[in-house]
Parts: sequence; structure tokens; C-alpha cells
Amino acid sequence: MSAVMITRKVRKWEKLPGKNTFCCDGRVMMARQKGIFYLTLFLIIGTCSLFFAFECPYLAVHLSPAIPVFAVLLFLFVMAMLLRTSFSDPGVLPRALPEEANFIEMEIEAANGNVPSGQRAPPRIRNVQINNQIVKLKYCYTCKIFRPPRASHCSICDNCVDRFDHHCPWVGNCVGKRNYRYFYLFTLTLSLLTIYIFAFNIVHVVMRSVDQGFLNTLKETPGTVLEVLVCFFTLWSMVGLTGFHTYLISLNQTTNEDIKGSWSGKNRGQNPYSHKNIIKNCCEVLCGPTYPSVLDRRGLMQEDSPAAANSEGPCSFDNPVAQTTKTTAPLIPNEHTPDDIKPSIAAEKSSGPKDDQPPAAMQPPLASPETDAETSIAKNQ
Amino acid sequence: MATEFHNLQDMQHTASLVTKVFIQRDYSEGTVCRFQTKFPAELDNRIERALLEQTVKTLNSYYVEAEKVGGQSYLEGCLACATAYIVFLCMETRYEKVLKKISGYIQEQNEKIYAPRGLLLTDPIERGMRVLEISVFEDRGSSGSSPSSSMSSCSTAR
Repeated sequence: MSAVMITRKVRKWEKLPGKNTFCCDGRVMMARQKGIFYLTLFLIIGTCSLFFAFECPYLAVHLSPAIPVFAVLLFLFVMAMLLRTSFSDPGVLPRALPEEANFIEMEIEAANGNVPSGQRAPPRIRNVQINNQIVKLKYCYTCKIFRPPRASHCSICDNCVDRFDHHCPWVGNCVGKRNYRYFYLFTLTLSLLTIYIFAFNIVHVVMRSVDQGFLNTLKETPGTVLEVLVCFFTLWSMVGLTGFHTYLISLNQTTNEDIKGSWSGKNRGQNPYSHKNIIKNCCEVLCGPTYPSVLDRRGLMQEDSPAAANSEGPCSFDNPVAQTTKTTAPLIPNEHTPDDIKPSIAAEKSSGPKDDQPPAAMQPPLASPETDAETSIAKNQ
Repeated sequence: MATEFHNLQDMQHTASLVTKVFIQRDYSEGTVCRFQTKFPAELDNRIERALLEQTVKTLNSYYVEAEKVGGQSYLEGCLACATAYIVFLCMETRYEKVLKKISGYIQEQNEKIYAPRGLLLTDPIERGMRVLEISVFEDRGSSGSSPSSSMSSCSTAR
């Protein structure tokens, strides 16, 4: 009895490892846990709807029609930035194909020489000199690559991301090289929108109370109380976050580097990526070139599968879990470094409730000298 | 000298792959995309150093052009921001234009220089811009099929 194999064309996103969710046939890429992203959407759309329903008619008539118009423009810009941050590829580095992984392994073994049995192999680190500063490139056991400078492995999405900033549960995606400027613009414009709505709520309440009295005003526009509450708490966290990221941009640092203290304390002033000029740093981060995605999500590839009915719709929301194990060799364990979890935990340092997504699938590392050496050195640091 | 392969397709379909050589990224100038110009020892008998160096240097110059932070990139960035980045749905960014040029250049180099020598360059974008992959195919001029014998017959033929 032989199985009938069917070769069919599939889009590459269906076979990508990592814990991302893809929508719209690979055009949209997000993290797996999207609950908090829906909350963000709900809060923004809900608050703005209340503003347009309750305050805007009164303010348009009694103050100026420009007020709701500007609010609409600001709201649309915020939504565009949010969706762009959430749906785009943050700069994921594809995993090494088997030949490349073997090539690197051979290079490492050649460099290490003969390790006497019973001794740990040295940690897999490459030293590179960038602008007269030695930068250590670490080896990623999951992706089988030496990570480029400033890249880091996100344990929530299970991908190495270039210029990794942090994993943001509020936008449901990692923030990295490709979407950092959209994330920053999102925080900036959301702060402005929050201040705008808050200010005009106060103006509206004051103006109406002069005519009708305070309690009557609240009875006529009950949404005001809700808006003021939401805006008050959002304001402090968003303004704080925007200020923090403005500080990081002016120094050309990432949240990840800031948390790890890579370029602070005794290393202050040695950031090799900084141009030592605030304007130049801001221009590079915000107005630099738009990097293309190196993950070919919509390319076609052949897949051989046994003749079985596949019930995947055009817009499937979850990658089958089995895919995460396909490209990793069974004998080399997943990397488990503490510093990858910190960015997600401190993702929204100045925001109120910290909803941490627990790092998913923490498999116990298989006995391997490299892993032990790496984690023990990481702990010692 | 190795047997002349007639064209790229001929080599890809009929020759067998011996090994792959990877030219790594050069991070000495920061995170800009740049490949090492160090010549890999495995290609000693397959291609002249100068040719490979010239290819890598040209690729590096293309990437420098793509990633240049200057007047044009500022203009592009500000215009895009003013339109909430919707303009990117209809317009091709400068980086994408340069990537198309790079892919054309690699195709041309493969046809003219690398395929006749039994080698094949892979566009770095297909490997996540991490490495420049050079596939080494079996040298059809040799009698043996193992890499060492094919290499030695190559050197004696010269």
C-alpha cells in the first residue's frame, strides 16, 4: 500500500517557523496573542466615538467646526500608525537553512579546536569591532545564526528581530527595525489625541455648566465621564512612553539596550551606533531608509503532502504548531536566555497595568555544553 | 580551466551540487549592509580573486546607495509621514528600486562569470541579507565526482 503524494503550491508564510499569526494570505503579520491589541483598538475607537457623539456637536456649533475635523484627522493618523505597527514585519531574520547552519557549525568547531571530554565548550560568541568599540555577537540556538549587532531573539514570537526594541503586547507585535518609527509616531500622536480629547472635554463641561449647571451637563453627556477617566490614565502613560522613546531616539539606543545597560553606566558615551549628535540620531531613526522585509511571506513554494483534505481557508489565523519544530534540529535545544524575556516584561514601563505575555513554550534545554556555558556566563554578567 | 557550461539553466538542471560557500556580513562599519571581501579558501581553484572581489565590492556599493541617509531619504520619509504612509501602497521605495538593480546585477554576473565556472550566486535578500551564498557545482571537466579530485584536476588543467 503506497501513499499518494500530492505536490501543491503553498505560500511561504504557511511554512515559516516562529510563533506568528498571518492574515490576508501573508500580507499581515502579528504575534499570536492579540487580546491586548483588541483592547487597545476598543479603547481608542470607543473613546473617540464617544467624543464624536457627545462633545463634537456642541463644540462645532459653539466654538468652531475645525475642532471635530482636526480630531478626525488625528484619529485617522493614530489608527494608521497603530495598524502599520501591528501588521508589518518588525524586521524578522529568517532562520538559517541547513547548509548555512552546518557551515557555521564547522567554522565554530574549527575555531574551538579540540575540547577535552568533560569540559564545556566555550560560548559561541563572535567579536566585531564597530567604531572602535568591541561588540559581541551571540549565537542563536533557535535560528542557528550569529545575530547581527542590535538584533535579539523574541521568545514570544520565537524569531530573531533586527534592531529589536521590545515586544509590545498593546500593538500585538514586536517593535524592531522596520516598524519602530511607526510605533514612535503612534505613541506621539496618541498622546496628542489623548491631550486633545481631554482638554476639549474639560472645555465642553465648563462651557455647558455655565449654561445648564454641572449635574445637568453630566446627565446630557454621560460619555464625558468615561472619556475623562480613560484619557486621564492613558495620558500619563502615553506621554511618559513618548518621552522615554524620544530620549532613546536622541541617543540612538533601543529599549533592549537600555534595559540591559549596554551603553550606560561605565559604558556611557561609547554607543558605537550613535552619531553623537541628537539631530543626526533622530533623522536616522525617523527619516532613514525604509527597509524591505527579508521574509518572503507571499512567495510560492512546492509542498509534498499525502493525499488528505486540507481545510485551510484563505485567511487562516493560526500557524499549525507543528511548524515550529520542523526546521530546528532535534538535538540542539532552544535557546533560553533571561535577557530576551526582559524587554517584553518591561515593554510598557510607564503604562499602568503590566500585562505580561508569559514566554511561550519554554522547553527544558537538552544537555548541551554550549547551552550551559552560555547561560552560566549570562548569569554571571 | 573548467569545462564551459553553456548557460545557467544547463548548470542548474544537470550539474550536481558539491558544496556551498557563505560570505558573511562585515559589521566593522556598523549595521549597514556590507559583505566581507575576504576570499574564501574553498574557491581558490574555481575563480580568480579579483573577479569575486569586484562582485562583492559592487554589491556593497549598491547597498550603500540604498541605505544612504541623505536628502532623498529625508524627503521620502517626510512625504510618506505626511500621508500616514499610505503613499507606500502605490510608490516603490528607493531601497526596493536598488534591490531590483541588485537582483539584475547578480543575474548578469551569474550568466557571464559564475556559471561558466560552475558557481552560482544567490541574492542575499533570499538569505535574510545575512550571507552571500555561492553554490559550487560539480566540475564537469574532471573524471572524479568527489570535491577533492575535481579540485585537483582543475588545478592540473591550468
